Amino acid sequence: MPKLLKPSDPGVTLRPDRREPFVARSEPARMNKTAKSDSLPQRLAVDVRDVSLTFETSDGKVDALSNVSLQIAEGEFVSFIGPSGCGKTTMLRVIADLQQPSVGTLLVNGVSAEQARLERRYGYVFQAPALFPWRTIEKNLKLPLEIMGFPDSEQAQRAARYLALVNLTGFERKYPWQLSGGMQQRVSIARALSFDPALLLMDEPFGALDEIVRDHLNEQLLQLWGKTGKTVLFVTHSIPEAVFLSTKIVVMSPRPGRIIDVIDCNFPRDRALEIRETPEFLKIAQRIRVGLRAGHSYDE
Amino acid sequence: MTNSALAFPASGAGTWRQHPLVVRYAPIVTIVLALITIWYVAAVLMNLALVRGGFEREETPYTVSELIAGTMSAERPLLPAPHQVIAAFTDSVFGYVPTAPRSLVYHSMVTLSATLLGFALGAVLGIVLALMIVHSRVLEKSLLPWIICSQMVPILALAPIFVVVLGVMGLQGLLPKSIISAYLCFFPITIGMVKGFTAPDPMQLDLMRTWSATPRQVLAKLRWPSAVPYLFASLKVAITISLIGAIVAELPTGAEAGIGARLLAGSYYGQTIQIWSALLASAILASGLIGLVDLAERLVGLRMGARP
Repeated sequence: MPKLLKPSDPGVTLRPDRREPFVARSEPARMNKTAKSDSLPQRLAVDVRDVSLTFETSDGKVDALSNVSLQIAEGEFVSFIGPSGCGKTTMLRVIADLQQPSVGTLLVNGVSAEQARLERRYGYVFQAPALFPWRTIEKNLKLPLEIMGFPDSEQAQRAARYLALVNLTGFERKYPWQLSGGMQQRVSIARALSFDPALLLMDEPFGALDEIVRDHLNEQLLQLWGKTGKTVLFVTHSIPEAVFLSTKIVVMSPRPGRIIDVIDCNFPRDRALEIRETPEFLKIAQRIRVGLRAGHSYDE
Repeated sequence: MTNSALAFPASGAGTWRQHPLVVRYAPIVTIVLALITIWYVAAVLMNLALVRGGFEREETPYTVSELIAGTMSAERPLLPAPHQVIAAFTDSVFGYVPTAPRSLVYHSMVTLSATLLGFALGAVLGIVLALMIVHSRVLEKSLLPWIICSQMVPILALAPIFVVVLGVMGLQGLLPKSIISAYLCFFPITIGMVKGFTAPDPMQLDLMRTWSATPRQVLAKLRWPSAVPYLFASLKVAITISLIGAIVAELPTGAEAGIGARLLAGSYYGQTIQIWSALLASAILASGLIGLVDLAERLVGLRMGARP
């Protein structure tokens, strides 16, 4: 079992439901949010302008993305939601420079997507943990650091810090198959954060997990986001998950993949799962549902 | 019926059947005994005419039991009986100092050294070819047909050519044999490693890309480790093939030493017992070599966190 924080530790606030904290408290969020949201010229983390992407397949062209434009400010938590085939994963892959748009321009942190990838400006979390089975958890965490040439001492230090951040201290010497699916996905989140990128891209990271684990990880992700102040782009097809996590929800629709609605979602940052019962929450969920239905009516 | 069968272990009378040693070894022992029985029967049947002809030529009267005893103790039988092979084998293994030309240990060592050198050469060649093929489409298209062609030519036809050409170049003894052995055994390694180097999950490759890893880092940290299971599978095939290669290489070269040389000499002089004991030696050698690769696989597996 991981070493747990004790209630007596400095900086620990006991949660009312007494569940184990996912994020070990150490320092307050480093960004000054009130000042930031007041100052109008925010820096854009992602700036997508008129991007289209067409795949050539054996049965003709597929418009994965069609004239998509989107601006995301630093520090936001943006969810992409839509039915399968709507281009939400493609969107993330284009931002990550894993795929190139056919038309349009794209800036990530003010530079081109390729430049951002080469400068290791983002961490990517896939649907599956994709841990390397022949490496221990610690070595898995160190992998990006080895590749980026961090000195040995710093590798060890960072691995320990980020394992603690996802509350997996004590599992360093274990191999991935010895961990549960939820734990593995936490390792992969820690791995994406380990080199401290400004941007976190997450492609349905909890899609394969059951609802209970998923709720738990959603809360923990929120705390993580509050603590690190990263910009998060999060693909999902769960409406409650999108509303619960986001500051901004991008509703997408398939054939051709396009954005049909962008919804601001201004719940306080330290929201609890209980907000899912509030009228505001249900209103936003309803708006997403309507948007998704409208997007679908094209082909039915 | 079912009930009594289920109750059997508790009854005490059948407990020896559940003894772990019995459970483990009974199937093996049964098969070995069956094979030996079949071998004896076959030896009697095959050598019968030979022995009967011998008696009739010498015009001595014989009984059936003498005839059967004769089939199992003939000096140059068509098929020697198992105990003859074992006797000849133990005699030629333990009856001489290991460096004597009549010792089977000496001949086995000659073949083993050619096998190991050929295996090492073949493994390196196989892996390098696989790397080249995985690295470039052009090389895949230009190399792969030739690699496949190389395995379609019978090695027995190629071996003398190799020996002559290499002899002209001044290479003799161990090296030509190893090269022939390498020529045979690189193929499964190339095929296995091409599969292994392309085994990584697309997601893992994408991850490496998001970290902008260099091709060399992708090879060292992802493709190599993913290929390890494929490497050992192909090494196991390759090591037996390289032993066969080394033995075959000794046949046309008229080698004076080695298991192949023993086989050749045996067939020249009708020494079937000698042939069979040389075959036994090569079988033991092959199982030993596979056992070594197996052991290496298990040790590497432990280091790479394989499930026990």
